[in-house]
Amino acid sequence: MTADLRTYLAHVELPNPVLTASGCGGTGRELAQFSDVHRLGAFVTRSITMAPRAGRPTPRMAETPSGLLNAVGLQGPGVEAFLERELPWLAERGARTVVSIGGGTVAEYTALARRLAGAEGITAVEINLSCPNVEDRGRVFARDGSAAAEVVASVRAATPYEVPVIAKLSPDVADIVAVARACVDGGADALAMINTPVGMSIDVDTMRPALAAGTGGLSGPAIRPLAVRCVWQVHAALPGVPIVGMGGVTTGRDALELVLAGACAVAVGTALFHDPYACPRVLRELEELLEERGFDRLADAVGLAHRPAGAQPLSRSDLEESSL
Amino acid sequence: MAGSPVQVTGTVLTTRRVDAYHALTVVAPGIADRFRPGHFVTVAVGGRNSSMLTRRAFTIHDVKPDYGGTVELVFAVRGPGTAWLADLRARDTLDMVGPLGRPFPLPRDPCTCVLVGDEHGAAPLFALGDALQQRGCRIDFVLGASSADRVFGALRARRMGETTTLTTEDGSLGMRGTVTDVLPGVIADARADVVYACGPMETLRGVTAVAVEFDIPVQVAVEESMACGIGVCMTCVVPVIGDDGVTRMVRACTEGPVFRGERVRFDDVGTIPFDALGAPGGRHA
Ligand SMILES: Cc1cc2nc3c(=O)[nH]c(=O)nc-3n(C[C@H](O)[C@H](O)[C@H](O)COP(=O)(O)OP(=O)(O)OC[C@H]3O[C@@H](n4cnc5c(N)ncnc54)[C@H](O)[C@@H]3O)c2cc1C
Ligand SMILES: Cc1cc2nc3c(=O)[nH]c(=O)nc-3n(C[C@H](O)[C@H](O)[C@H](O)COP(=O)(O)O)c2cc1C
Ligand code: FES
Repeated sequence: MTADLRTYLAHVELPNPVLTASGCGGTGRELAQFSDVHRLGAFVTRSITMAPRAGRPTPRMAETPSGLLNAVGLQGPGVEAFLERELPWLAERGARTVVSIGGGTVAEYTALARRLAGAEGITAVEINLSCPNVEDRGRVFARDGSAAAEVVASVRAATPYEVPVIAKLSPDVADIVAVARACVDGGADALAMINTPVGMSIDVDTMRPALAAGTGGLSGPAIRPLAVRCVWQVHAALPGVPIVGMGGVTTGRDALELVLAGACAVAVGTALFHDPYACPRVLRELEELLEERGFDRLADAVGLAHRPAGAQPLSRSDLEESSL
Repeated sequence: MAGSPVQVTGTVLTTRRVDAYHALTVVAPGIADRFRPGHFVTVAVGGRNSSMLTRRAFTIHDVKPDYGGTVELVFAVRGPGTAWLADLRARDTLDMVGPLGRPFPLPRDPCTCVLVGDEHGAAPLFALGDALQQRGCRIDFVLGASSADRVFGALRARRMGETTTLTTEDGSLGMRGTVTDVLPGVIADARADVVYACGPMETLRGVTAVAVEFDIPVQVAVEESMACGIGVCMTCVVPVIGDDGVTRMVRACTEGPVFRGERVRFDDVGTIPFDALGAPGGRHA
């Protein structure tokens, strides 16, 4: 008996719930040297910007305990080169591609969505809201529910109706539920969380910040409890909204933790740097854990940790005995 | 590139100390088979459930056919990752991915090559020297370090090279100074056609300047901080001028680590040059 691992991002079916996290899987070609990109639940691209971007100066990364600080700065070739060279390759390989977009203004996000609208092979659009809003003195969109909602609404309007729009949230907010709700009200079909919280590390030998940019995004197992908390809170408040959970997933156990908190899919980021086979491995481990616990379907585990204390854990025999 | 990289759980065959360095020989058939001089591997450090998430990169020093194929790394302890590696013993396992990166290109016709290695940068030069000699090339070594115990491979260089020049900054071995100081003399005496170099950025900058002065090609293997080694994290970038004359921030792990020296903008490493593709406010933005 193998568990049914299919999952849905709004109406779009994915064969399994394990995705790459934006900015962590390169163009897809690099990972394809190790395992097929079409076996992923979906491949999520790095955040694509309108113009080419050189990113931040080096050093761009610093290792911290069970974590990684990065300040890559959305280096990428720009949307035209992406559409010409990267998306067609992914489509040819049969990958389901979620295109992440990043911009500095609502107009830029909208223009990106319009530019992508005609392209073949896009499974969903993910809005990276952790970009500084140049019209609001660099305040990150994800920190401001109304700015985030405005981006979501205009991207939703510019994107074909059959392509779901996912809003990716930052944990660096006072009330993540409020931002999540604003995004859903703005038209987001699904939510992804968490993007990297901002951190910093200082080299005590040079006595300077370890990253050239000063601060950077923290990822890896160090942030997993933060991710679990965010997914938990948002799922509790908006139980009908599909959530792609991420933050420190390195094993099937970690994926299951996010699923139990309310995620219907999980993305693997930093773990790919350590183990290029992380996605198929996490999937296999998740499947085993679900089977061990008697689940026939992944969907039955989503949000299960929210059941009242004292309720019996769901098992297959319970299901067979139940009148359902 | 000879095929794609693989991930293997290698078994440590031997460990030994070579002056200031540790040498680790690991049984890793899939990697040894595909090796070309200049390739590197990455290793996971800290064991299962390690809190060290980034892989550590090491040049492949040597491969041998024993036990289906072994890979030898040479490293100095620098931080917690290399300290963990230095504690490995025979029969321990090591998670290794490789071979990675663009290896040293070899000349088509026999010529005279100067091989420059600073500190552990000497590690890849012997396999390179072998490959060059098999093509009928003459090789001359210039090896340097801060002190005598950090000059790697002097004996082997003396056996292989037409000439070997050693430098130390404290004068404890060879000439006092740096590899860059002695390089012009070595190039002139050997009438060298090409220079290969591996070492810290600052050394590669100096070596490239000398080669440019002599108007001969120079291939450098750069060492930039890396998190993944396979091209997905974008942390290892250096400003490099492309065939089209445009500077791009390219990944040292996949487009490199070997570059034509004159294409690397050493003065701008650690910055985004204003004229790089996609630089903030730059002309290509
Ligand atoms: C292509 C390549 C080949 C290399 N070959 C060798 C070799 O043959 N012998 C050798 O002794 N060293 C080599 N290095 C350097 C080696 O990778 C670092 O010494 C090692 O990563 C330090 O790890 P640590 O945990 O001991 O130190 P820490 O300083 O604690 O490392 C912390 C983090 O910084 C990164 N880092 C630190 N220094 C470097 C560096 N110089 N280069 C890349 N990443 C770094 C580590 O990967 C890690 O993520 C090479 C580096 C590269 C990029
Ligand atoms: C090097 C690096 C680059 C990233 N680039 C992006 C990006 O372009 N867009 C984005 O939305 N998130 C980006 N992220 C965030 C990840 O997608 C993910 O949200 C975060 O790293 C948490 O997951 P993890 O702990 O599994 O890495 C990046 C993360 C890292 C480490
Ligand atoms: S080390 Fe990750 S892209 Fe080069």
